Amino acid sequence: MPHNVLMHEEQDDVAVAVVDLQPGQEASAVTLEGKPVGTVKVLEPIPLGHKIAMRAMPEGHKVLKYKRPIGKAYQAIAAGAHVHTHNLKTLRW
Amino acid sequence: MKPEEMKLLGYRRENGRYGVRNHVIILPVDDISNAAAEGVAKLIKGAMALPHPYGRLQFGEDFELTFRTLEGTGRNPNVAAVVVICIEPNWAKRIADAIAETGKPVAAFSIERHGDLRTIEAAARKAKEFVQWAGELQREPFSVKDLWMSTKCGESDTTSGLAANPTVGRVFERLAAAGATLFFGETTEVTGGEDIIIEQCATPQVAAEFKRVFDNYQALIKSQGVDLMGSQPTEGNIRGGLTTIDEKAMGNIQKMGRCTVQSVLAPAAEPKGPGLHFMDSSSAAAEMVTLCAAAGSVVHYFPTGQGNVIGNPIMPVIKLSANPLTVQTMSEHIDVDLTGMLRVEMNLDQAADKAMDVLNHTINGRLTSAEALRHDEFVLTKLYRSA
Repeated sequence: MPHNVLMHEEQDDVAVAVVDLQPGQEASAVTLEGKPVGTVKVLEPIPLGHKIAMRAMPEGHKVLKYKRPIGKAYQAIAAGAHVHTHNLKTLRW
Repeated sequence: MKPEEMKLLGYRRENGRYGVRNHVIILPVDDISNAAAEGVAKLIKGAMALPHPYGRLQFGEDFELTFRTLEGTGRNPNVAAVVVICIEPNWAKRIADAIAETGKPVAAFSIERHGDLRTIEAAARKAKEFVQWAGELQREPFSVKDLWMSTKCGESDTTSGLAANPTVGRVFERLAAAGATLFFGETTEVTGGEDIIIEQCATPQVAAEFKRVFDNYQALIKSQGVDLMGSQPTEGNIRGGLTTIDEKAMGNIQKMGRCTVQSVLAPAAEPKGPGLHFMDSSSAAAEMVTLCAAAGSVVHYFPTGQGNVIGNPIMPVIKLSANPLTVQTMSEHIDVDLTGMLRVEMNLDQAADKAMDVLNHTINGRLTSAEALRHDEFVLTKLYRSA
């Protein structure tokens, strides 16, 4: 398995870890069709199924997954950081 | 795999519908009739009681939903025959009459002026007759056009949106094109993807009806002075990596694929034609699956990420998961292993083929994991408190 994170769409801001990721490791992203998208250095432990930032995002950025905003960054997010409830909030409630 | 290539074997019922199981059920109309219903099921091999906590002093829409669910459960083609037990005769008769419209054998018993023991004896004699009769029924080939099936996901995580849910969506696209009747729903859980459902509605009228039920559910939540933070996503979802309802919704709606939504159904209501239908429903697994069975679905796809273990007493529930941790640690619950999709060793069409193969085996009689593990969750949806 040449990849360790998966992306729904190439333009998404985040990818999903398909194995547990450790800091310092290279996260290598492909689409579900197996097309390589890019790599990023992992900054912190990211468990299987959790999201990693594929690029740096400023506070207030609408984070794209499925080519759609899935919420807003409520602090700046570095490339390679864990993206979850501590830095991403719904646009709904 | 084309749906027409599946070799489906089922029980043709009196009204022309096909069932994939051949249950004889003992259906209590209310909570206080559970003891008698369970008494009959203990005495008679092959008779299954469906105890539940409601049925007394409900009113209005809540009353109608409970009765529609009980009637629909009895009407489901997976049920060969029904014994109805109620504290008093009138409500027993109402349920039995609605079931009898399908032409299947049904008998009603009431407890007042008889007591539990005499009721159990009379009902058990009828149940014995029904199981012996049902045992002689044979499966016969049926067309995918006569297949009614449903889907609802649970304990979802990011792998659900990547793999298990899109796999269901791809199978549903194939089945819808072949003329099957399909259900999905979970009204609050599509929050953040509702515009996509609206785009896929067959007509502006269907879209307007979807928007009406969606807005009603949002208003209900607001009227309680709360939001669904903490409930949507659930703790399990968050543990699995899902962060927001928007993200969860986008994963959820992958189950509809590119199917057109033909109608919006009230909970437990039977659809009037083939294709995919949206049922206004809770996203709680056992409630939603019970409503699907009451609406006439005979088999269910249940994609899961973190490992929801739900089943249903009358309808086989097929579990699909792509999460390697879940498939490894909860293997006894998973019917379709889709972890190959995360490794990019299996594409969406291959995953759909695998899911259809398990569907075909299940329809033809192979027990699902949930059936073998006795997951018989029968859960009525309560709309508000009783009088």
